[in-house]
Amino acid sequence: MPNKISKKQTIPSKNDVNPAQNTEKLAQILQQFEQNYKKIDKRITICGDSGCLAQGSQKVYDAFKTELAKTGIGFCLEITPSCYENSLYLCKSGCQGFCAQGPLVNVEGTLYTKVRAEDVPEIIETTLRQGKPVERLLYVNPKTGKRCGGTKDIPFYQKQTRVLLADCGRLNPEDINEYIANGGYSALQKALNIGPEGVIAEMKASGLRGRGGGGFPTWLKWENTRKQPGGEKYMICNADEGDPGAYMDRSLLEGNPHAVIEGMIIAGLAIGAQKGIFYIRAEYPIAAQRVQKGIDACRKLGLLGENIFNSGFNYELEIRYGAGAFVCGEETALIASLEGSRGMPRPKPPFPSQSGLWGKPSAINNVETLANVPYIISKGGKWFAGFGTEKSPGTKVFAMTGKSKNSGLIEIALGMPVKDIVYEIGGGPLKGDKVKAVQTGGPSGGVISGENMEMPITYESLQQIGSIMGSGGFIVMDETDCMVDIAKFYLDFCVDESCGKCAPCRIGGYQMLQILKRITDGQGEAGDIDRLQTVATAMQKASLCGLGQTAPNPVMSTLRYFRHEYEEHINKKHCPTGRCAKLVGFEIIKTSCVGCGACKRACPAQCISGELRSPHSIDPNKCIKCGQCYAACKFNAVRRG
Amino acid sequence: MSNSSNEELNSIVDKWKDVKGSLVMMLHAVQDKFGYVPRSAAMEISSRAKIPLAKIYEVLTFYHFFKLTAPAKHQIAVCTGTACYLKGSQELIKALETELGVSAGQTTADGRFSVTALRCLGCCVLAPVMTVNGKIHGHVKPADIPSILREISKGEEQNAQ
Ligand SMILES: Cc1cc2nc3c(=O)[nH]c(=O)nc-3n(C[C@H](O)[C@H](O)[C@H](O)COP(=O)(O)O)c2cc1C
Ligand code: SF4
Ligand code: SF4
Ligand code: SF4
Ligand code: FES
Ligand code: FES
Repeated sequence: MPNKISKKQTIPSKNDVNPAQNTEKLAQILQQFEQNYKKIDKRITICGDSGCLAQGSQKVYDAFKTELAKTGIGFCLEITPSCYENSLYLCKSGCQGFCAQGPLVNVEGTLYTKVRAEDVPEIIETTLRQGKPVERLLYVNPKTGKRCGGTKDIPFYQKQTRVLLADCGRLNPEDINEYIANGGYSALQKALNIGPEGVIAEMKASGLRGRGGGGFPTWLKWENTRKQPGGEKYMICNADEGDPGAYMDRSLLEGNPHAVIEGMIIAGLAIGAQKGIFYIRAEYPIAAQRVQKGIDACRKLGLLGENIFNSGFNYELEIRYGAGAFVCGEETALIASLEGSRGMPRPKPPFPSQSGLWGKPSAINNVETLANVPYIISKGGKWFAGFGTEKSPGTKVFAMTGKSKNSGLIEIALGMPVKDIVYEIGGGPLKGDKVKAVQTGGPSGGVISGENMEMPITYESLQQIGSIMGSGGFIVMDETDCMVDIAKFYLDFCVDESCGKCAPCRIGGYQMLQILKRITDGQGEAGDIDRLQTVATAMQKASLCGLGQTAPNPVMSTLRYFRHEYEEHINKKHCPTGRCAKLVGFEIIKTSCVGCGACKRACPAQCISGELRSPHSIDPNKCIKCGQCYAACKFNAVRRG
Repeated sequence: MSNSSNEELNSIVDKWKDVKGSLVMMLHAVQDKFGYVPRSAAMEISSRAKIPLAKIYEVLTFYHFFKLTAPAKHQIAVCTGTACYLKGSQELIKALETELGVSAGQTTADGRFSVTALRCLGCCVLAPVMTVNGKIHGHVKPADIPSILREISKGEEQNAQ
């Protein structure tokens, strides 16, 4: 993996590329691609991102290859001049969004869900040969019971505004030609024509705010960096996606790497950098490979290197890896890591725009922020500002997970009421009919409780209720999720990830975690809630970086809306959801128990008795409430409560 | 360290040693080759790239990604990202502990299995998720753990034959 990345950026020699021809070159590529694409009769797009891969999409892809070869239908895996006339294009895309229904296969606009390799011959026969849909593979709208032909009929997609994600699940992420044929790198061309000031003005008109969590206006960050004296400046892409329950940035990098690369080039132009660096999580090797492949392709076409489009602009891109430290998502820590040191934050100011990498002015932007840039430059800031609200313009990608019926990667226009996202796009909770809360902002965020479901989702509204937009984690929780437990989960994460440089975070976080552990273990004491609040305030006020300042948020937010749950844990030593194992009892329901003995074997305290094939029972006095029996029973015969 | 691995190490150091701030990248390359960062490799980097050994270990121990001991034969990783946590990843870790006698972050005494906790693998729809030697298993129940482990052992026997 890392060894494949070349040390020195090889700038193409003048013989390779004639910059003067670059502008025409884009037109040429486009024309060539269109000529090649004309030969394509039909297109099958198979989702090749993690969610679908884990559900077997590679097998489906392979089955298409073997079955098509048997039928003699000409097909190609790449669009090249050597594609046959009237051939079929078998394309592997990034995440198409509806991961819960994967593997997804799109045949000319007809979306097939949960496709198995065994279904492939039928798809070929029915859809490709006879032109009819394979009904049983179409998604069923749970409200109407009707089968949906394509994404436009599926409620999950209907309420979304898919701009970034449209291309992400459609294009072949490894084919720069296809990106160019869809308008790619024309934004760069335009950016070079309007110049850095023009770019910044367009960004200002768009109102785009940073998608990494803070929501800082992107144009202002660029202008601040641009204004700094000196010729050496750096553009940095923060692809260290740290929220432990979210994957938007990875999906964008894997599904549409060229949008982010083009964004990085335009950003570099705007701030006056000669070099841009992708700081990518080491756990994302595929994302890094795709970006590297994209960079190489750009260099070959003269979209990177010297004198890009004959404009006099020289720019190079390279990749550096993170190494599994959440704090490195913080700008100053990220810079320390890029300099080869431990990723420890330092006080701001100076801001990176003043003194960043190697002490030079640097701008750091999130992956999604950068992916928006080519669209904004191409279509205009006004177009972008047409989505969303006045103060929170544009669309935002979320990874919707947890206890909702539909989960996956979604994109909405900001300002959409939370309940529409949860109930219309998400289809409501998995079990029951009420969503208890939605968590946004990951370890730095908070919960949106039932009473706030009508609220439109914007930077300001989320802040008002004590959460944050964050980078796009959107975790749906139902009645079985314990709010004290979830707060403990996030705090545990922050304590684990604290770099230890400053005392409020290092000691305060540990103290808060001990109190929460005590509460969930049934040892909570009167005054614990006040203690939590006191330490939290100290951390928020005195921590050096965002990690420590925001780590108490999940606790404070759940306390604000679910204080009664904390009180029940502390005063009654009871967990209302049954999630905190030590605060519940376990009991075997005689009528459901088949006497398989699985619980008995799993019980470490040997307190379950019963003969095989007759109902078992638990001795409550010996039970250590470990929950193993509950987990082991396949017949839902162990009750927890 | 064998001659060939020594050569590989040299080429890694030579590739990066003149690039500013490349220690993390160098360590990545080493771990990519050997599966972990052996002490001998750290010492070699120190002397060839003229980086104090203390600095190398300061960096190595700061980042979770770097491993200082050889990886186990079979690597089991449980996702403890938010979605998987909500759907019971802790119970999977407990079940592995019952079966293997090691908790997250440890390796069995015979070096056959290691158990680690990972964060979001991007297939939250399959939560809780675990990987066995890189292969993703979704919707895992604690009760599935014994059979998953048996499958690994079976594969091992078949390979041995
Ligand atoms: C502890 C911590 C972790 C962070 N992790 C990330 C991250 O994973 N990705 C990200 O883009 N920003 C992260 N940020 C925010 C960045 O510091 C920075 O604000 C952001 O990358 C700026 O880009 P934007 O203006 O485009 O949002 C983190 C901040 C803190 C304090
Ligand atoms: S707040 Fe926490 S993570 Fe940030 S510098 Fe202080 S100890 Fe390190
Ligand atoms: S909770 Fe644990 S100790 Fe109690 S009966 Fe179940 S398995 Fe045994
Ligand atoms: S595992 Fe469930 S069904 Fe089997 S004996 Fe225990 S309680 Fe009964
Ligand atoms: S991974 Fe296939 S739709 Fe998300
Ligand atoms: S949280 Fe486990 S895969 Fe996302």
